[in-house]
Amino acid sequence: MVPGRIGLTAFLLTGLLSVSARAETIQVTIDKLAFEPAEVNAKVGDTIEWVNKDALVHTATATNGDWNVNIAPKQSASVVLKKAGAADYFCKFHPNMKGRVTVAP
Amino acid sequence: MFAKLSAGVAVICLLSAPALAQGAAKPTDPQIAHIAYTAGQLDIEAAKQALANKEVRDFADDMVRDHTEVNKQALALVKKLNVKPEDNDTSRGLTKQAAAKRDELAKLDGAAFDKAYVANEVAYHKTVNGALENTLIPSASNGELKSLLQTGLKIFQGHEQHAEHVASDLK
Repeated sequence: MVPGRIGLTAFLLTGLLSVSARAETIQVTIDKLAFEPAEVNAKVGDTIEWVNKDALVHTATATNGDWNVNIAPKQSASVVLKKAGAADYFCKFHPNMKGRVTVAP
Repeated sequence: MFAKLSAGVAVICLLSAPALAQGAAKPTDPQIAHIAYTAGQLDIEAAKQALANKEVRDFADDMVRDHTEVNKQALALVKKLNVKPEDNDTSRGLTKQAAAKRDELAKLDGAAFDKAYVANEVAYHKTVNGALENTLIPSASNGELKSLLQTGLKIFQGHEQHAEHVASDLK
């Protein structure tokens, strides 16, 4: 192991760790009218990105009204979580599609 | 409200009696394809009648968009499987019932129309979903057709809940 390489690895690791401690993007897939995973845990500042594999328009609409995202067919859309707490959400067009995001402070 | 409710119930009875629950007669795949496609087309036509309320208009647009997409997939599948959709008593029954309903709705305007349209959307999706669940999906022999019907059922169950939500907002 060359010392330089250890230094570089340490630098990269530090970089990765500090990024993950700051903000993450959490992906939720929509396939055949289901949010997968249906429940995710996140922190304030994280981004939830919905990847819509269906040929239909869906939404991710928080029941408390905090956010409402339209996700076009075969596209992605995201929201940055600004508030701690648990938020249930659903698709306005297909309310049988349900999910939940738990946001830690 | 009572008249509307009983109209909805009457539609369900009429549809489920001669049209959708044909008892022992198990539909074939070409018939199932035709029923599913017809059911979608009928809902698109229903949505195209004039609508006043914005929420109802949006709901109708959603119906056109989703049913057009599902029927596009259905057509692509029957083409791929080389199945020729076959008209049958169930699809004819659905078409006849929908035509009667359209005539009935055409006599109404504004809020009265919206309420009747949405109440019928709840009843119609309930009926079609029941047929999918109890007859069409179990009867489908081709795996891809069955899978498309299963996805369709999830979509239409979503529509049923959406319609119920709109109906409760109109009260």
